Amino acid sequence: MARARGKQRRLHTRGRSIEPTALKDVRELLGDAPLQRDLLIEYLHRIQDHYHQLSRPYLVVLAAEMRIPMAEIYEVASFYAHFHIDRKDPSLPILRVCTSLPCMLAGANELLGRLRGQFSGRAQVLPASCMGRCDCAPVAAVDAHYIGDASPQLVAAALDNGVDEPVPTATRYAAYVAGKGYQLLQSCHKGERSLADILKELEASGLRGLGGAGFPAARKWRTVAAKPGPRYMVINADEGEPGTFKDRDYLARDPHWVLEGALLAAWAVGADKVYIYLRDEYPELHHLLAEELPAVIEASLAPAGGVEVRRGAGAYICGEESAMLESIEGKRGLPRHRPPFVAERGLFGRPTLVHNVETLYWLREILEQGAKRFASQGLNGASGLRAWSVSGRVRKPGVKRAPAGISARQLIDDYAGGMAEGHTFHAFLPGGASGGILPARLADLPLDFGSLDEYGCFVGSGALIVLSDQDNLSIVTRNLMGFFAHESCGQCTPCRVGTEKAAELLRTPVENEGLLTELAEVMTDASICGLGQAAPNPVRSLYRFFRDDLK
Amino acid sequence: MSEPVLFFLDDREVTAEPGESLWDVAQREGTEIPHLCHSPEPGYRPDGNCRACMVEVEGERVLAAACVRQPEAGMRVSTDSPRVEQARRTIFQLLVADMPGLDQAHRLDTPFAHWCGELGVSTSPFLVRKLPKPDRSHPAVAWFPDACIQCQICVRACREVQHNDVIGMAYRGGSTQVVFDLDDVLAESTCVACGECVQACPTGALMESARVNRMGNALSPAKKKVASICPYCGVGCQIDFLVNDERIVAVEGRDGPSNQNRLCVKGRFGFDYIHHPQRLTRPLIRRDDAPKAGTCTVDPADPSSHFREASWEEALEVAAKGFRKIRERDSGEALAGFGSAKGSNEEAYLVQKLVRTGFGTNNVDHCTRLCHASSVAALFEGIGSGAVTAPFTTCAESDVIIVTGSNTSANHPVAATFLKQAAARGATLIVIDPRGVDLVAYAEHRLLFQPGSDVALLNAMLHVIIEEDLYDHDFVEHRTEGFEELARHIRPYRPEAMAPVCGIEAETIRRVARIYAGAKAAVIFWGMGISQHVHGTDNVRCLIALATICGQIGRPGTGLHPLRGQNNVQGASDAGLIPMFLPDYQSVEDAGKRARYEKAWGVKLPEKRGLTVVEIIDAAFDGSIKGLYVMGENPAMSDPNLGHAREGLARLEHLVVQDLFLTETAFHADVVLPAAAWPEKEGTVTNTNRQVQMGRSAVAPPGEVRQDWWIIQELARRLGLDWNYQGPAEVYREMSGLMVSLDHISWERLQAEGSVTYPCSSDDEPGQEVVFGDRFPTASGRARLVPADIIPPDELPDERYPMILITGRLLEHWHTGAMTRRSRALDAIEPEAAVSLSPGDLGSLRLTAGASVRVKTRRGYIDLMARADPRVPVGTLFIPFCFFEAAANLLTNPALDPYGKIPEYKFCAARVEGSI
Repeated sequence: MARARGKQRRLHTRGRSIEPTALKDVRELLGDAPLQRDLLIEYLHRIQDHYHQLSRPYLVVLAAEMRIPMAEIYEVASFYAHFHIDRKDPSLPILRVCTSLPCMLAGANELLGRLRGQFSGRAQVLPASCMGRCDCAPVAAVDAHYIGDASPQLVAAALDNGVDEPVPTATRYAAYVAGKGYQLLQSCHKGERSLADILKELEASGLRGLGGAGFPAARKWRTVAAKPGPRYMVINADEGEPGTFKDRDYLARDPHWVLEGALLAAWAVGADKVYIYLRDEYPELHHLLAEELPAVIEASLAPAGGVEVRRGAGAYICGEESAMLESIEGKRGLPRHRPPFVAERGLFGRPTLVHNVETLYWLREILEQGAKRFASQGLNGASGLRAWSVSGRVRKPGVKRAPAGISARQLIDDYAGGMAEGHTFHAFLPGGASGGILPARLADLPLDFGSLDEYGCFVGSGALIVLSDQDNLSIVTRNLMGFFAHESCGQCTPCRVGTEKAAELLRTPVENEGLLTELAEVMTDASICGLGQAAPNPVRSLYRFFRDDLK
Repeated sequence: MSEPVLFFLDDREVTAEPGESLWDVAQREGTEIPHLCHSPEPGYRPDGNCRACMVEVEGERVLAAACVRQPEAGMRVSTDSPRVEQARRTIFQLLVADMPGLDQAHRLDTPFAHWCGELGVSTSPFLVRKLPKPDRSHPAVAWFPDACIQCQICVRACREVQHNDVIGMAYRGGSTQVVFDLDDVLAESTCVACGECVQACPTGALMESARVNRMGNALSPAKKKVASICPYCGVGCQIDFLVNDERIVAVEGRDGPSNQNRLCVKGRFGFDYIHHPQRLTRPLIRRDDAPKAGTCTVDPADPSSHFREASWEEALEVAAKGFRKIRERDSGEALAGFGSAKGSNEEAYLVQKLVRTGFGTNNVDHCTRLCHASSVAALFEGIGSGAVTAPFTTCAESDVIIVTGSNTSANHPVAATFLKQAAARGATLIVIDPRGVDLVAYAEHRLLFQPGSDVALLNAMLHVIIEEDLYDHDFVEHRTEGFEELARHIRPYRPEAMAPVCGIEAETIRRVARIYAGAKAAVIFWGMGISQHVHGTDNVRCLIALATICGQIGRPGTGLHPLRGQNNVQGASDAGLIPMFLPDYQSVEDAGKRARYEKAWGVKLPEKRGLTVVEIIDAAFDGSIKGLYVMGENPAMSDPNLGHAREGLARLEHLVVQDLFLTETAFHADVVLPAAAWPEKEGTVTNTNRQVQMGRSAVAPPGEVRQDWWIIQELARRLGLDWNYQGPAEVYREMSGLMVSLDHISWERLQAEGSVTYPCSSDDEPGQEVVFGDRFPTASGRARLVPADIIPPDELPDERYPMILITGRLLEHWHTGAMTRRSRALDAIEPEAAVSLSPGDLGSLRLTAGASVRVKTRRGYIDLMARADPRVPVGTLFIPFCFFEAAANLLTNPALDPYGKIPEYKFCAARVEGSI
């Protein structure tokens, strides 16, 4: 029984062991304070920001220091697109090219091909999902520096000389306060305005969640407030729906409008702490919030637990509220089963109020100007104003503040300068990648929650992507399905396998119509969350409205 | 949901009990709903990800996963609507698309295949993804990602059920995949091969390597399953042997009270030793030209150099004649017998009866002497009983758990999973051990103290609890005696004074003492790190004092639990396989107690307590013991100071060894009797939890191998005893008639129920798990507090031997390795003897990991590989005693604890000599 051939000698204890230098490095980087499980993603960011990669010896140390399994660290690190484990050459910058629909329309795939050819020795070139800058498509990024209207020339310049940071145009704390900012919140704190009064006003305004789901805001508040504390408030600033960039716009211009709304909501439901989950694609907003939040805290405007900004790491699914909560807890962004709803059992298992940035933005206006005035700004029976992200084949893409209930045609013609030169209006996506696709002939329908149900579409986050006669809808649909396949969290079978199989089947949509239609039904019926449920919407639209584009 | 709920399942009104999911209710009502990611087995949380169990809830937009959905009053649920059936079919088609075809399947009888059949899904219209490559690096577990459906049940198996924390579900979307640690190759990961994932996997993606061929294709499925008990440690896991053509092809865990389906690497993969070519199949008699010597070695594959084959008749006659001759010439006191804690209760009973009535001596013992003899001595003295006061599963109700001197995850791996589960639930786990054993990863407090300073540390804790008035006055007053003396005694043991002795800061000692004393329910577990010292009994006295003065005993979640080593060490001791007690701990020196057995057995019994294991070997060395019968023990590997022990064995005039293999002990035998292995036998065993369990025969013994009970009986007859047992059932009936502890636990009941805890007060109750709730079985009914002084280890490091040697076990190898070294998978995982030392010591000795070194003590030396192990403290060596080629016990110190007579395996002075 002497050592047989092929048997492994075990010179060390089982599995990886800690390298002393890695231990020293990680401790230096993360400091002496006890490590918190929910901050895992923050720690990974810190290590990657410093070393431009996550090397395994560091992950071994992190697991030991946090006293969690290595596998748990690896699950999280490998889930998020912005983490890179053991890169071939960490000294190279990472050059990402957005290939989501608005950028694809602007030639992103060709750009990616050219950049790969031209810069492969100078950068690690990767395709990426929507970067929230669809108004200046195509978009590329060199590490955390974003380049709009990207071209090989601009990218070369960025690699050579770096990128000029955008000049912040935000209304800062002092200016905001000078413009009567935070007075509303203070009057609530002082009891000058009662909770009942605020809730009544909110209800009358008809304000609904503007992240996409459209749940009545007042109802959410009542549910959360009725649950025993501690409670949390979370701002969902993880807009990742291709074609959506309104929240970036709000936060970049008027961060305190959003913050005051959030603090009002936190006060209303008795939240002990506010979290802001901000996507990693918006580094300028991370800087801005880091500059602005201390004044808010110092002025005692926040709840006792303060306001904590959490940084996403490149995962569309984390815009889904329960996946976002998982991510804040430092885990993979896997959506949770409902019930229970997050209002009942949310962050760290506690009742949690989650609002999209825009929903919070409108609160001050509603409560200062009155619900009636806000509601009356809508068209066609809709309430209030919305920020529409308009992109694609229009002359002037951008965030358009316009009435809810407006039509796509009005948005294109009256707000976006009409169709782009040489393009004829053919189709539009009313709600980003997941809201389905409608033909131009239906462009006069009002855009509001529920108004497009009978056409199998929805407005969601209000991302209007305009397509022209030069765009083939089969290709568009395949791009969208590819996006969903890439962004699926991978948890449930219909979405994980379904999106991948569907993307393949869409190569020959004519032959696969029956199977794709059947699959679409099952994905909608049986997926855990909205991603898988909505992913087949474009497929259904394709067969319903665009049969000419099938070939 | 705290009230039952009425709802409609397929238009039938049904009731859901609190906590039941739709799936649970449907299952109970006889409606089978497909499930892949969900397992109804204990410990598995429903996850709802595979979507096989979709049902339609009236009025809801989308379907719901039955396994994670709680029923609500009035809800109308359909399990078979067209929508539901379409969804299930498509979901299975999506999965089938990527699954290897039948001709390439890794396993045929999978739940996945079952449900495909039920749903009529055999092919898929969907395109196949690129199939990932298998990982065959591990000797026991094969990983076939092509069959993986990402259902994450293996992740829960690994991280929530067994808490081994290796498997993760990494990446995302279609790239989602199982990873080990940091996406490492399985063999290089921290995988301990418990195989829980293999048992849980619904598709055959994780497989026992031995059940697939080189190409990864399934070997034929097992034809029968035999319910039995694991033959290894004292946890007593219930298992199924999976059998094909008289060969065990796999082992699966069953839902026994001590394991809830869980197994460890030994239990699951260590069964093939019984089919090893070195199995003895005919009796052997020593050749006349093969002289005995302490240094004698024989090739177990070819004993013909020293032995000749013989018929059973001849071998039994020679064996018996040798004993008869000595008995008649020198008296029975020149004879001795070792039974085995690896055998059944019936065999243990027969061996002690043979020695007492056939040899006429109490010189009968077994390896309990080498593991928990000191624990038993202290427990008898303190609380009147040597068994545990509560099963280890009581930790589910503890808020504080102390584990000391136990590398639980290596030596009682399944018990460790319960401890880790308790810690994960929020119980405070305190690990007190010189080594940073794996369990410390789950510990809130880790006291890595100086080897051998147990009493200093524990007395300091007692000091804190008494001086700070944290003890349970009521309990002390009504349930203990000797408190005043203890209180006086521990006064000088201030934590500040003990800190330099034990190496733990005074503040930590105080904190931990306060946590233990203040707990609602606290339990103490210990192993051989406590017992195997010259002060082992004192160590346990301190633990008893801790538990009793704090009132942490006799209630659920509390107690004293020495984790028993062998599968039947509890039962063998209960059965009287010890020199001072007849069955049920009736003293041999008590004429009244003796009389009962004399009447039952029809002979006069010896009055003098017998010699213990190490004393018997010493007596053999001295020549006062001349004949020894060894059934299933291997003292030539397990005794301390083996050079001496082996010489003792060689000096015996007559040695009969009964075993599966030609063990190191059998090298010195006159007669070797080939015995059946556990999976070939029927019988009962008693685990560490006092659970008496039924083992059943799965395969026939090979060749001329005979059952142990038969062999013992044949010897008995040849020693003049009139035995005529027909089998284990009859033996059990006799012993249970004599042993009060087995009241209400009949053979038939064990056949039917599989497991009953003793003591048991009626034929229909499961037995008493927690004992001593109102009185202790001592003369006064009170616990006796016995103060302990600091006694230093027998042999302290010095200039010549500057390091401390600790011996012990490995996860993969059982004791002296006779079984596990002959198990393909286990020996492949741990093939080579190694001394573990800290990376710091390696550096200062100018050695690298893997170097060949010589470890020397005053008693001998061995040559082996150096292994880097950061869990070993500086200045310390750890060597497992399972490797015959570098037998650790050549080095150990035979100094004994004065009460338990247990040797000090956990401490001697040693030195490492560099590359050789």
